Parts: sequence; structure tokens; C-alpha cells
Amino acid sequence: MQLCNLSEAVIQLENVLEMKQILKIYPNGVMANNYVDFSVMSGEIHALVGENGAGKTTLMKILFGIEQPTSGTISIYGKTVKIHSVSEALELGLGMVQQHFMLVPSMTVAENIVLGAEPVKGLFLDKAEAVRVTKELCEKYSFNIDVNARVDTLPVGDKQKVEILKVLFRKAKVLILDEPTAVLTPQETEELFKQLLILKEQGHTIVFISHKLREVQELCDRVTIMRKAKTVGVYRMADISIDKISEYMIGQEVTTAVNTTPAKPGEVRLKASHLTYITENNKKAVNDVSFSLRSGEIVGVVGVEGNGQKELVDMLTGAIEPSSGTIEICGKNIAGKGIRQIRDLSVAYIPQERMETGVAQNCSITENIASYIYQKRDYRVGPLLRWKKLAKTARQLISDYQIKANSEDTAIKMLSGGNIQKVVVAREFMNDPALIIADQPTRGIDVGAASLIHKKLLDLRDKGAAVLLISSDLTEVMSLSDSIIVLYGGRICAWFPDTSGLQESDLGLYMLGVRSMSEEEIRGCFHE
Amino acid sequence: MNKVRGFSMHNVRPWLTRNFTIVRLTAAILIGVLFAVVIIFLISDDAGAAISKLFTGALQSKRRFGNVIELMIPLTFAGLSVSVMFKANQFNIGTEGTFYAGGAVAAMIALCVPLPPFIHPLTAILAGGFVGGLICLLVAALKVKWGTSELVTSLMLNYVVYYLFKYIMFTGSGLKDPNSGYISTYKMPEDATLGLMFTGTRIHYGLILMVLAVVLVSIYMHRTKWGYALKLTGENMTFAKYSGISVSGVILASQFIGGLIGGVGGAVQVLGMYERFQWSSLPGYGFDGIIVAILARKNPIFIPVAAFFLAYLRIGSDAMSSSTSVTNEIISIIQSIIILFVSAQVFLDSYRQRMVVREVVDRNE
Amino acid sequence: MNEALGYIFSLGFVYSILRVTTPILFATLGSVVAERAGTPNIALEAIMLFSALGGALGSGLTGSLWLGFLIAIASGLLITVMLAFFSLRLKADIILAGIALNLLGVGGTVFIMYTIIHDKGNTSSIATKTFPNLVIPGLNNVPVVGEILSGHNVLTYVAFLMVIVVWMLLFKTRLGLRIRSVGENSKAAESVGIHVERTQWIALLISGFITSLGGAFMSMGYMNGFGQNMVSGRGFIALAAAAMGQLHPVGAMFSALLFGTADAVSNVLAAARIPDELVKMIPYIVTIVGLVIYSVSMDRRKKKRVVRETRELS
Repeated sequence: MQLCNLSEAVIQLENVLEMKQILKIYPNGVMANNYVDFSVMSGEIHALVGENGAGKTTLMKILFGIEQPTSGTISIYGKTVKIHSVSEALELGLGMVQQHFMLVPSMTVAENIVLGAEPVKGLFLDKAEAVRVTKELCEKYSFNIDVNARVDTLPVGDKQKVEILKVLFRKAKVLILDEPTAVLTPQETEELFKQLLILKEQGHTIVFISHKLREVQELCDRVTIMRKAKTVGVYRMADISIDKISEYMIGQEVTTAVNTTPAKPGEVRLKASHLTYITENNKKAVNDVSFSLRSGEIVGVVGVEGNGQKELVDMLTGAIEPSSGTIEICGKNIAGKGIRQIRDLSVAYIPQERMETGVAQNCSITENIASYIYQKRDYRVGPLLRWKKLAKTARQLISDYQIKANSEDTAIKMLSGGNIQKVVVAREFMNDPALIIADQPTRGIDVGAASLIHKKLLDLRDKGAAVLLISSDLTEVMSLSDSIIVLYGGRICAWFPDTSGLQESDLGLYMLGVRSMSEEEIRGCFHE
Repeated sequence: MNKVRGFSMHNVRPWLTRNFTIVRLTAAILIGVLFAVVIIFLISDDAGAAISKLFTGALQSKRRFGNVIELMIPLTFAGLSVSVMFKANQFNIGTEGTFYAGGAVAAMIALCVPLPPFIHPLTAILAGGFVGGLICLLVAALKVKWGTSELVTSLMLNYVVYYLFKYIMFTGSGLKDPNSGYISTYKMPEDATLGLMFTGTRIHYGLILMVLAVVLVSIYMHRTKWGYALKLTGENMTFAKYSGISVSGVILASQFIGGLIGGVGGAVQVLGMYERFQWSSLPGYGFDGIIVAILARKNPIFIPVAAFFLAYLRIGSDAMSSSTSVTNEIISIIQSIIILFVSAQVFLDSYRQRMVVREVVDRNE
Repeated sequence: MNEALGYIFSLGFVYSILRVTTPILFATLGSVVAERAGTPNIALEAIMLFSALGGALGSGLTGSLWLGFLIAIASGLLITVMLAFFSLRLKADIILAGIALNLLGVGGTVFIMYTIIHDKGNTSSIATKTFPNLVIPGLNNVPVVGEILSGHNVLTYVAFLMVIVVWMLLFKTRLGLRIRSVGENSKAAESVGIHVERTQWIALLISGFITSLGGAFMSMGYMNGFGQNMVSGRGFIALAAAAMGQLHPVGAMFSALLFGTADAVSNVLAAARIPDELVKMIPYIVTIVGLVIYSVSMDRRKKKRVVRETRELS
């Protein structure tokens, strides 16, 4: 990618934002910010990096008025302020674009943008004015969107643009972007960066929170590094390398588990033939997809979110019935089978939304671990459960996976994201599954937990498990997978049987539908 | 800080933060009671007597205390019924209907089906329970099949069941006793009713059945695989589904069981406390069961305690209203206030938060 | 019996439907507004009981219709404030809080009534005031339509006008847009600085106000005075009606009319020597059946689409 970082000469030495000695302790006792200092100069693009749990999101929530600091001060252009609410933050010219979109699906783009500051005519809403004003805004910043479209019909990249427009509409001078590229393709990321530079030229200041150090290096002027709820250092991008940033973030050399041993694929564990799924809105979310997965290999599935991955995973795990096509797991057709029966075929599933689908947050670790095995003869006497044995198993898993918790009776909601994911993984991998479906297994968790999960995946694969890895973290997919399938528009548009030498930008072209392979090239992903 | 015999704030504080639910429960009860006390002071000329009657009236005599135990029985059954259904996060409030139906069905068996002693009441109770189970099963089936709101259906069904069985018992079936001074059926044969346990009181053998029910439901909820599946479904239905648990099965089973317990409760009440079936209006135990269940935090082990507490207050209130000018409907007010405060998650939370902060800062110093 | 059937097909009966629907319609609209904001108001029954009592006691003891009316509204709003306070401020589950308040409803109103006028059954010992019936000049001479639409209690006309008011509120005003956004995605509303809790308070208060009008009508229009448990489940029927009306004011109106019809029919049959209890069951059975039909149709609609598209494939 070719973008130039032209801001060096223009940096003013004025601090537009200064957060001093911010302390934040949550009701459950967690200290998320430990006397943190953070300041941003006017007109720069400033990166904020740190592992999950380092305190970045909390710091930004405090800045944006969503949370209150236990103690500490904030000043804008040198004036001390107290930010009690989101509207106060907006008034001060701060605008935050969060990781999960905050849009009202049934309302139009224009309605979503003016929400909270709607133009009125007497007692009533002035819809025409709302449309006019938002169109003007789009033109000013060169955003290309139909303001009358319903938000739930928009692609992900456009939804993010609406989010940015929302804060620009309120005349935000400082934009805080939290993991903005998490769901974008490489090309959409490039477009976003262009947009951000335009904003910078127009005098805006940008705080860029991200895990993706390469992007940070390319786009940002300075970087603040956080670790374990403290600020570790502030550097100009020109003065520091990615490896050093990584080191300061984690405190040790981290090697991402690189897939070294070549795959020894064996029997076919998963066979999907001509899978199609049609949604309520008459859309073919999955369109004639055929592929197979063998024991001892990891197949990665990449694609921009919304191109059929969710529906595909739901069909494979038995949550929904395909509109047409068949799925065979370990030789057995799963049509009409319940989720329990599919799990009985030795299938493990790491869901994308762990809090919604992977755990019961008010229950203890033991109770969460028991969710599948409680039916097994080993763990019960007739209908009575053997809680002592379940607790012992839980303790064993806590130690195997280095889960940080007070005891196996601790409630899940008390654990950090990474540890919660470890509980999910520990449970799923407990009985050496034959087939593993891992959907975004390391999203939003710290590097330590992520590398442990990667190691486990590779171990199981070496022992003969078949792993389907769906992830939007291209580095993760490329380093773990033996082969990669690209989904676009519900179809497989590319298949890479060999991941060595593959570049992220190559994948990006297929993910965006710019290129697509022929039938012959793709057919190879389906083994009988 | 002096750690004298472990009673300093240093040691008390962690206990308080960890067992905060008990603190909150106690505070809620105290507020409800305080509220009543204030009202009594405002409206009664003899506030002192009224208040003392309210709190000690139940202890006045063996008979009065017996009344508390008698009342505790149906309240426990109702509380168990509601707990089981609420635990799956289904707001089925049909216990009132199942109670009435259970009582009616039991009376029918008692009057119409001659059976040997011991078998007679048992069959009547089981029949009552079964019918109660069917009623709630209907509500559950509608929810599972078409997503119909169980709150509204169960509520409506309460009235439908009530009117239906009232018609059957007092008009349609010829069971009504035309010579009785009040609306009732004929007298039920003695071998069908539950005998008295303690002389001088009206406490009947239903008490044993109540204890049995508490034990069985506790085992069901805490120790069996069905109870576990129930808990998980109530905590996070999506997660339960993905774990392979049949969520519809859980909803159907739990509501059948809840209805069964309600029906049994009604049957036990009719066979234990009465000679005839004479409920010409809804007895109200079903709605009381909601109060008991919430106070006991849906934990079957605490249900009898909560039931006792509620019964104690009720009898005290009866004593108060029979000898002073304060009428016993004041109990509705106390109950509601207590429930409102008990359900309030963040009640006293800022106090708790301050203690937690201090604890954490202490630890890090 | 024939007499009863004859009456059902008369204009007088249609007139009575509108009369009987009035309290149900008020409560249903109240439910719609609250549900749209994401805060279901289950305490409709309690609100109506308290506002009915407030109106009866207020007008009876002060001798003034309007003072009585104000007290009615204030009483209903008091319960609403309690609901909002415990669920929004103290974070109690709003359904539980609603149930708790409903439990307060019957006993609480009897307690207050007894404390003030020493009668547990009803307020017949005092002279409550009622709202007058309105004969609309001109309209009342129109055949058929005039008999049905003219001569109703003032509050009946208010109820049907409320349908339009609520529609305009939700879809044409800024407040309505905010209420809907809070109900559909509260995080989205928060992200633009909308005070979610404040908006929900406002929605609940509006809901409580409209519902209180229904309670006031019960004791100051439908009946003269307050009787123990006089609302008898209308608050709950309103919940079903709001759901069936898909949370839209016009849909709510039609659902409320449906239940009002069932209620009116049961009144007629009661006079016709059909067993009391069986007749009383009718509105409740109709509610259940109505709700089930609604759920089935929602369910079918979902399935039909998938079947149609699958067939297109083959």
C-alpha cells in the first residue's frame, strides 16, 4: 500500500487533550486504569496500543463520558473539564466511533446521523431538512452513501462511514476510533486511511486504537503504549519499531505460533455439498458451497463479515437447516439431527460471540464446563450429577489452560475476556474432538491467551483433529492454516491449497470480489 | 487498625461485599416493615398496640401459631411452583389457576370416586397435580410452538380455569350442597381428607407432604441433570441450545412440573383444611407464591423460610386487624415494597461499590 | 336467549362496544408507548385501579369533578413513578416490578378506601362525580351512524382521539424518534448523547398518564364510583392487545375493539340466563385465542418465505 505520512512538518505543539493520573476501579474490584497519563497534540493521528485488558477501552470510555474515573483529571485545550455524559463529551468536540456499531437498523442513514440533534419544524420532525443536511456533510468529506437507505441494508464498510458521519455532524474535532479496521478488508482499510488523512488536513485530531501494529506504523504520527492498566511509554512513530512496540506491550518476545510441521491429511471428517441458505429477506446468504475438511489439517475461511460465514457456521453446527445441500460429519449426514446429536459425533464449536453463545456468565466455571459432559455416564449416577467430579475436572482444566480465577466456583463474568475464552476452549477441547469449528477464536483477547489457543489448535491438529478456522485476523489465518478458502457473496471464490508465499493483499482482492478463481481452481477443496 | 477479635472493618468488609445479597434482603425487609409502621402510626389511634399485634400476634397462642404453620403449607407449594417456572426465565404466573383446579379436582375425586383409605387422598392429590400440570403445559406448549407470551396466556388461563371449575363444582355437576348455609359442595368423606397432626391446631398431614415437596424439588434443582439443564436455560438460552440442551423440552417439563406442584398444593389445601370444597373466589395463594419465590431467590431450600416469614406476617396482620382499626390489607403494601426492594439490583450498590474500592486500594498498597 | 341474540345485532350493541372498549383502549395505548421505549409497562392494572380509586374518592370528597380527575391522574402517576424508579433507577427487572405493583393494586386500593371512608366494598357511601355524555349536534340525527357515534361519554371520544395523538407522537415528533431509537437499540441512542434513562422515564410517564385516563373513566364514567377490584384484568388484556396490534397505535385500536366486543358480548349474555361463570370466561378465552392466532400468523409468515424460496431453487 502506498500512503504517505505527511504530517511531520505540521505538528503543532499544543496539547488538545490531556488525561492525567486517571484511576478507575470497577465494582467487581478490577483496576482497569492505574494512574494513567495520556495526551494528544492538535492535528495529529495518535495511536493507542495495548493488549486487551491493558486499559485502552476503559480510558476511552472515560474520555467519552460513558464511564466516570475514580480519580484523575481531564483537560481540553488546557482547560480542566469534567465529562459526565456522552452529550457533554460531544459538546466538547469529542467523538467516538466504537468497535460495535451503534445504529438503529430500521431507520435511514439520515435519521441515524441526525438522531439526538434532529432538525424540527414547530412540534414536528423536519425530515427534508435532515436529508439535506446529511447530503451536504457527505459531500464535504467525500463520503459516498445514499442517505435515504435503511441502515440494515448497508454493507459493513458503509455502516462505519455512517458512524464517522455521526460524529462529524456534531462537529467533533477529536475523533476516537476503536479498532476501526477489525471488520474491513485491506482495500476498505486503505479507503478509510485516505478518509482519515483528509480529516486530518481539515484540522481534525484522531486517536486510533488498534491491535494491528503495521497499520499503526503506516498511519500514525505518535503512539502511546499501555500495559496492565498503566502507560508504558509515548513515542514518535519515526523513533520506534514495531518489534519494540510489541515488546513494550507484552514485556517479552512473543512468537506467534507458526505452523511448522506440514499437514498429514487423513480421512474426510467434514463434507459440505452444494450448501445453500436463503434468508428471510429472500437473500442467498450461502450459495452452492462445497468443500471438505480432512483429519490432521487446518482449513482457514476468510471473507469480509456478512458474506455467508455466519450462516455457513450455523448450518455446520446444526443451529439452522440448509435450504438445500448436505453436510456429512464423519461420514454421517446431519440433516434433521439436533445439536446434541451433532456434538455426539465429536464436534467442538468455539462460537464467535462467547458471552451470548459460549458461556452462562452468572454461572461458575464448573457449571460452564459441565454444559455438554453432564449427560455422560461418567459424570452422573442415574439422574443425579456428580458435582465433585465435575469440580475436579474444572480444576484440572483451570491449571492446564492457566485460567486466572479464584477457584472453579468463580462466576464467569468475573473473568477477563481472554480467560473466558480459555474456559470455552478448555471445555470444547476436553475430549479430543474429531472436528473443531473455531469462529474468531482469538478476537478481542490478549496476546498471551491467543497464543495459548493457537498452540492448542496446532497440537490437536497434529494429533489428527480436523479444524475449520473462520477468522477476520488474516495474520492468524495465514500462520495457522494449511489451506485457505475465500468466501464472497455466499460463494467460494478462491482456494489456496498452499499458504506459503501468500500475501494479505492477495486475499484482500478475492475477499472484495475484485478477482475470483475458476471452477477448476476451486474444485480441489472438495475431497471425496 | 486493631484487629481485635476479628471484628474490625478490615475483616467485616470483605464478608459484607461477598455476602451482599443477604445484607440487601435484610435491608429490603426492614424498609417494608418500616413503611408499614409509619403508615400505622399515621392512621391508627392506638399505633403501639397495632404494631405489637402485627409482629407478635402470631405468637399469642398455640392456635395462632398453628395458623402460621397452616398458612405456610400452601405458600410453600405455591412458592416452589413459581420458582421452578421462573428459574427457566419463563414468567408463567398460572399457579393461581392450577391451585384452584387442583383443589377442585381433588374434591371431585374425594366425592365421586370411592377408594380405600390412604389411597383415596393420595389419588385425589395426584389427580389434582396432574391437572395442574396439564394447565401449565398448555401455556408452555403455546410458548414453545408459536412464541406466545406466557405472561399473558397464563394470567388469562387463571381466570378461564377458575370460572370453568367454579361452574363445574357449584353448578354443572350437581355436587353443590343445597342445604349448606354457604356456597359449597357436599361434605367430603373423611377417609379422603388429610387428618390432623397436632391437637389444638388445624395443622394437617399435608405438612409432611410439604416437606417432601421441598426435599424433592431441591434435589431436582440442585442435583439432577434436569435441574442443571433448567438453570442453564434460564441463565442463557442460546448457550443452552448450543450445548445440545433441548430448550423446548426444558420449558415444557419445567412448566409441567410447576403446574403439578401448584395442583398438588391446591389439593393438599382443600383436603387438609376443609370438609367441603367452598372456594367461591380465587384464594390468592398462587400470587403469593410469586412473593415467596422472589424472597427465596428461587432457591427451593429457602422457600419454606420465606413462606414462614410471609405467613407469620399475615397471621400477625390478621390479629392486628381483628383487634384494632388497621385493616389487614396493609399486608399487600408491605409485600409489594419488600419485593420491589429485593428485585432492585443496584439497591445499596453505591455503598457496596465504595467498600469494594477501599478493599482494592488496601490490597494494592 | 333469542332476545340476547337480537340485541347483539342491534345498533345499541355497537354503541356499547365503543363504551366498553374505552378503558381497554387507554391501557393498550399506554402499553404501546412504554413497549416502544423498551420498558414494558406491566403495571397497567395497578395504575388503573389507583387512578379509579383516586377519581372516586377525589371527586366524592371534594365535590369537584375536575379536582377528582386531577387526583385520579396523580394517583395513577404515583404508581407509574414507582415502576420507573424501581426498574430504571434501582435496576429491578421491570416485569417483576410490574407484577409487584399489580399485587399492590387490589389490596392497596381496598386499604386506602377503608382507611378513608371505612368501607371495604365500594365508594357508594360518597357521591362521586362522573363525566358527562356528549351528544354531538348534527351527528346524532344521522341514521345508524348517529346512534353509534353520538352520545358517548366525553372520555370515550378522548380515547379514540388518543390513537391519533399517540401516532403523531411516535412517528412525527423528535421525542417519538428518540423513544423508538431507545427501544430498538439503546446503545445507538446513547452514542449520540440521548439520555436513555430520561427518555424511558418520559415514555413511562406518558404511558402512565394515558392509562390513568382509563382508570378515571372506570369510576367516573363507566361506573359511578369505585368497587373492589373493578378493573378485573383489563390491564392484562391491554398487554395482549398491544402485542397483537404490533405496537402500532392503529393496530392497538383494532385489537382493543376486538376485546371490547368480547366484553360487551359477555355482558349481554350475562343478562340472558346463560351460566354466569361461562359467560365471564369469554373475554379471557378470546384474549388467549387472539394472542395465539397472532403468534401463529407471525410464525407462519417466517416459514412461508423460506418454503417459497426453497421451492424456487428446485
